[in-house]
Amino acid sequence: MPEQFIWGLEVLLNGLMAGVLYALVALGFVLIYKASGIFNFAQGVMALFAALTLVGIMDGQVPFAHLINSIFGTEIHHFGWHVPAFLAILLTMVVMVALAWAVNKFVFKHLVNQEPIILFMATIGLAYFLEGFGDIMWGSDIKKLDVGLPQGINGVIDEATYQILGYGFFIDNLDLFATAIAAALVFTLIVFAQYTKQGRAMRAVADDHQAALSVGISLNFIWVMVWSLAGFVALVAGIMWGTKSGVQFSLSLIALKALPVLMLGGFTSIPGAIVGGLLIGMGEKLFEFAIGSAIGGATENWFAYVLALLFLVFRPQGLFGEKIIERV
Amino acid sequence: MLDAGRTEETLLEVNNIEVIYNHVILVLKGVSLSVPKGGITALLGGNGAGKTTTLKAISNLLKSERGEVTKGSIRYRGERVQDLLPSDLVKMGVIQVMEGRHCFEHLTVEENLLTGAYTRGASKGEIDADLNMVYEYFPRLKERRKSQAGYTSGGEQQMVAIGRALMSRPETILLDEPSMGLAPQLVEQIFNIVKTLNEEEGYTFLLAEQNTNVALRFAHYGYILESGRVVMDGPAADLRENPDVKEFYLGMSDEGRKSFRDVRSYRRRKRWLS
Repeated sequence: MPEQFIWGLEVLLNGLMAGVLYALVALGFVLIYKASGIFNFAQGVMALFAALTLVGIMDGQVPFAHLINSIFGTEIHHFGWHVPAFLAILLTMVVMVALAWAVNKFVFKHLVNQEPIILFMATIGLAYFLEGFGDIMWGSDIKKLDVGLPQGINGVIDEATYQILGYGFFIDNLDLFATAIAAALVFTLIVFAQYTKQGRAMRAVADDHQAALSVGISLNFIWVMVWSLAGFVALVAGIMWGTKSGVQFSLSLIALKALPVLMLGGFTSIPGAIVGGLLIGMGEKLFEFAIGSAIGGATENWFAYVLALLFLVFRPQGLFGEKIIERV
Repeated sequence: MLDAGRTEETLLEVNNIEVIYNHVILVLKGVSLSVPKGGITALLGGNGAGKTTTLKAISNLLKSERGEVTKGSIRYRGERVQDLLPSDLVKMGVIQVMEGRHCFEHLTVEENLLTGAYTRGASKGEIDADLNMVYEYFPRLKERRKSQAGYTSGGEQQMVAIGRALMSRPETILLDEPSMGLAPQLVEQIFNIVKTLNEEEGYTFLLAEQNTNVALRFAHYGYILESGRVVMDGPAADLRENPDVKEFYLGMSDEGRKSFRDVRSYRRRKRWLS
């Protein structure tokens, strides 16, 4: 069945592309988890919030418009200007850094040396707060996000595969672009963590808070930095997902898909987040294609979790997770 | 007298401090001590006497453990330092080597050392020179520079911890329990390096140690803590000859061995008197 095989190949490629987006969200988790031991449940909502803010700034929406209108009886919704995409992305980044600062200042600074479960609960609270806050700030309607990323079928690949295989592959330009961005992002992050002073300090904080304090590393600074980085990754993920499927609240649910990705790749590994994302994206598309129809379809909803469950049983630290160093 | 390296100038002055953890647990009940420039000052006492807490109060690592200095003052070079951040103190030249080494396990030995220079705006050349200086004192670390610190031995980790502190170019090193979990031979080696650093490079040490015997051999001056109070202090040579110290901390006595029960009751009575 060469035809089946070719379709399968196309599904595989598309799965890989979808996996890149999972990987982007997972990356944000890994960053924060590595540096502060906090499992940030709010990462997905941060992606949503970033995307909402970006759309809001681009369209010149008045923040808190509904709130202002219902209090003062006014009818303002827009400033009436449009901000170019590049500038809007910069401004959104400023907002994400401010968010990182505020989260650290008002929440995690007061929870230093607390149990991980307490920090985790705090991030759940943060997730719900941020979801509601984004709603009040920018409104809850589904928005279209277009920052000028290329979209639609990639003609070159379509043409080339048609020439070779006699069947043109449908690969979305946006997915290709997302892949390139993700690769660049990961490369930059790894270089930053391995070879710069602040990156080294970040890894030191991840290993031992107290020791890091004792050599004069400021935990507050490192945490704000890490949350800002995570905010940046969330922004990139938000732009990609938002462009693909519109900015809406279901966006925050992709955070849940990042969980199995992390279990596969390991919570502490940047490459793990990427490989895990690709495997899950690829796996769920292939599974749906090959077996899905035989068992009633909609396997994409649960495939990732079952795979993660298997990993938890047989390799709990994930594919690339740090081995726990234990000297005897 | 072992007073050779000491000068009259006092670097660190701890005046009658009281430390409370979690707003309720009173750990230090009025500890006073002074650390002269260029000396090795030892802080002695058993488990829970308050040695570590005293060091952490000075380096300001207490706050991250919900501890607080509620009374008294801590001055470094005459300047009040108890409201500063740990990083400010490191910049002033006071750095703590924590009990139990606390290396960054997943960083290599060399990366561990480099984190010590975090607060310095030094050029790469200067930092490389300092790295070489540390490797000269600890040749073992040079051999293992590329290994992950988590996989090195206890003695090597203690060297990493001390070397890391040296990389900050400190004036005073607060050294907490360097002998912990090390073989006697290694303990001797570590203390010899401390002595060399003190004599040749002029580093000032404040040393918390349970191993009274070793500490009193290398230190110039000693303070003995019990239940959060200084119960005795004096030049190390005098303390070594003091009959009470001999009996309680060095395990020697003129009257031969005593039953544990006698020692306990004697100790209790004596403690209230001192």
